[in-house]
Amino acid sequence: MFRAKVLIKRRASILDPQGKAVEIGAQHLGLTNIKNTRIGKYIEFDVDTNDKTEAEKEVNDYCEKLLANPVMEDYEITLEEVKWANLNSE
Amino acid sequence: MGKPKFGVVVFPGSNCDYDAYYALQKVLNYKADFLWHKDTDLHNCDVIILPGGFSYGDYLRTGAIARFSPIMNSVIDYAKKGGRIVGICNGFQILLEAGLLPGVLLKNISLKFVCKDVYLSIENYQTNFTKGIEENTILKIPIAHGEGNYFADDKTIKELEDNNQIVFKYATKDGKVNNEINPNGSLRNIAGIINKHGNVLGMMPHPERSCNPVLGRTDGSLIFNTLVNNILN
Repeated sequence: MFRAKVLIKRRASILDPQGKAVEIGAQHLGLTNIKNTRIGKYIEFDVDTNDKTEAEKEVNDYCEKLLANPVMEDYEITLEEVKWANLNSE
Repeated sequence: MGKPKFGVVVFPGSNCDYDAYYALQKVLNYKADFLWHKDTDLHNCDVIILPGGFSYGDYLRTGAIARFSPIMNSVIDYAKKGGRIVGICNGFQILLEAGLLPGVLLKNISLKFVCKDVYLSIENYQTNFTKGIEENTILKIPIAHGEGNYFADDKTIKELEDNNQIVFKYATKDGKVNNEINPNGSLRNIAGIINKHGNVLGMMPHPERSCNPVLGRTDGSLIFNTLVNNILN
């Protein structure tokens, strides 16, 4: 089994009104050095196969077709094999 | 051919489905059917409406999950064969996610949900949806959305302009298109676009909410009636 972690970021060229609004909160907190706040998404899930190539293909498809919108977002994938021992310790 | 039949798709979280059905069937006297998102049969409808609402709770991105509903495979097939599709508000967002129209709809630049009547200038009088409407007509139709801020890269915007795919723009009451009147930050004041082939229309304003004279505005019916006339002729 694999554990996938996906980070989705809005492209730099795309406005992020939400990030801007959150940054106003930072100003109200007196955090004057905070600049360029941009909000993305972090998604985790398991991939139930032992075949890494198959896992990578499915995760890529998931990101490309559903999790991210390639018109405005880029994504980064981290794929880690999960051993039973790791599962128990988590 | 008899009167065209409309199919209104019902996704989980659609909330303008009944408004569209009511406007088409009860106010304008056309045949209309609801189409359930889990079905794949379009009931021989001539025009498919993807209604407004919050399909799948707007989770992930607006329209992103609805786009994979079973009915959408049939809708996409129908669109590719030249079938007429109208996406209204959330329906427009779904059409973009499905790749039937280019671009995305971002959060309104004000971050506010905007619910009010707006005026629309008609930019292309040669579409299925506008051909026959008198030139220089300004439509008064309400909007109600939090994410209607149309965005696409420069190349796509140029293509839309070169092919006359921008159908509606937010304008003043006398038809001036400017920044001050733009309710959501949309590039070029875009309120509605059509695909290259001219059979798929996406628009943020709600024509179905502007059909019944009791509500004090009927400009939406102009779009549906024009479409029907153009199908029949």
